[in-house]
Amino acid sequence: MEIIMAVLAGILFTMGVYNLLQKQLLRIIIGTGLISHGAHLFILTMGELKTGAPPVLTEGVENYTDPLPQALILTSIVISFGVTSLLLVLAYRAAKINGTDNMEQLRGNDYE
Amino acid sequence: MSNLAVLPILLPLLAGIFLAFIHKKTKLVRNLSKAFAIINLLVVGLIFIQVRDNGNIVLEMGSWEAPFGIVLVADLLAITLVLTTNIIAVASVFFAPQSLSEKEESFYFYTFFFMLISGVSGAFLTGDLFNLFVFFEVLLMASYGLIVLGNGKAQLRESIKYVLINLFSSMLFVTTIAFLYSVVGTVNMAQAAQRVQEVDQQGILTTIAILFFFVFATKAAVFPLYYWLPRPYISPNPVVSALFGALLTKVGVYSILRTFTLIFNHEVALTHTLFIYLAALTMIFGVVGALSTNNIKLIVAYNIIPAVGFMLMGIGVFTEVSISGTIYYLVHDMVIKGALFILVGATAYVAGTSDLRKMGGLIHHYPVLGWLMFLASLVLAGIPPFSGFIGKLLLLRGGLGEEEIFIVITALISSLLILFSMIRIFIRGFWGEKMDIPVPEREKRGKRMALPAAGLLTVSILLGVGAEWFFPTIETISQYMMDPELYIDSVLKE
Repeated sequence: MEIIMAVLAGILFTMGVYNLLQKQLLRIIIGTGLISHGAHLFILTMGELKTGAPPVLTEGVENYTDPLPQALILTSIVISFGVTSLLLVLAYRAAKINGTDNMEQLRGNDYE
Repeated sequence: MSNLAVLPILLPLLAGIFLAFIHKKTKLVRNLSKAFAIINLLVVGLIFIQVRDNGNIVLEMGSWEAPFGIVLVADLLAITLVLTTNIIAVASVFFAPQSLSEKEESFYFYTFFFMLISGVSGAFLTGDLFNLFVFFEVLLMASYGLIVLGNGKAQLRESIKYVLINLFSSMLFVTTIAFLYSVVGTVNMAQAAQRVQEVDQQGILTTIAILFFFVFATKAAVFPLYYWLPRPYISPNPVVSALFGALLTKVGVYSILRTFTLIFNHEVALTHTLFIYLAALTMIFGVVGALSTNNIKLIVAYNIIPAVGFMLMGIGVFTEVSISGTIYYLVHDMVIKGALFILVGATAYVAGTSDLRKMGGLIHHYPVLGWLMFLASLVLAGIPPFSGFIGKLLLLRGGLGEEEIFIVITALISSLLILFSMIRIFIRGFWGEKMDIPVPEREKRGKRMALPAAGLLTVSILLGVGAEWFFPTIETISQYMMDPELYIDSVLKE
């Protein structure tokens, strides 16, 4: 199970990086979204996947699900949710004011 | 008692939230912010004295015991850096009204500003890797708010790149923490250090260490991950640039220093040797960037990069002397970068341009600004008796002690080139024939702008001239850093 999840996270990362390297701003944002999904899935996998075991640690119970990765993911999801919404607004403003959403034209060589 | 450790995070956070409610009353907000920043500095100063005299303050949040809950560890290194952060904060809060328009101030500048201070302090104080990620996000979120303040064309364009690179490296950070968690089963720094020590950092742990380095190096702008830095740093308002230049990359350097002295300190031959090479390349490429441009803001922004190289060199050499050099340089660089960004901000403001080719003769109209700029250039390049010299001396001594001759020579050459790149601003911008005052209506405000930088330069000169007083503290820190057991014992209380 862990192997499948790791591969899945890998696929998400690959697609994310591919999208990140595109020129269109919206695709880049989708890329960051995919990468963060991959990262979250990865954290979940790292705490070992089990079904049916309670997420508690009482004495004598051998079979339990590690609750920590889930707490970590929850925090991380909220953060990436916030950053993505900010990024969308920022991209909208930037595209509107600069008149293009093509990263090639947003390079900015006017400082030299 | 141990609750003291949370105050440097909590006070600015509350101040920021409170100021958001009254953001339209600009004058009131301005004065309140100054008061809050000074109170915060005093509180942190008191905590610093407390930590120096009585040892680490460890706060277990919610009374969850150390490896299970989140801990805040106010050790001497963390609290020294928090103190420096607050010195910068006070200077910036006095610079802000001169530099920002009233409209920008009322658009929550001070809220974001205090959130940034809170996030930076949190990143220095936390004793938990995942919590470090969270504080990184807190300070980055605040910085996203600050970088778009003003809504300019170039500003929005550059901020997209800034947000993207930071978002990407944050996601890698989470992934790396997941890796570490799967191997050592903890995110508490002290316990992770203990467990890595037990297995002598074998197998995959070194790979994870390099991944951590990659993440922190992106934030700290180490070669080859520095390309994103210069332009986003110069596009926002000068006060925002000063905050970014002084604080943000230093959090990355601090994280490298912490993780590679505490947790991953068993494969020194591999990881730390890599640092030395990267430090040399960082110095060279940074200084080449600074020499390649005529934009004064860009010159200073590029000068952040070789400074990171110097600090990384100290970590790479990894002896007590070199670590003390890194710590001294870290404190020095935070102060001087704050001062320099304020000064170039003021210069660009009074000249009406940041292009060196269009400037000249400014010293006839702005003598104070000119001489402060000259002094700051000397401090940055490390001319004795200023603070840059002490830091570099310690770093070079550390390097020579380990017979790393080539890095020492690279460091010396790049120091010289840094001086050259900075003096260029002075010679071409300030010297020369007396010309008409470029933008007359800016004269009055421009003369006041340089004063906060004078305060920071005084701190910097004190750091250099008073090295006798400060050095014992720095030496204590570096002894403490070289013995991770001390940190582990103080957190896990064994």
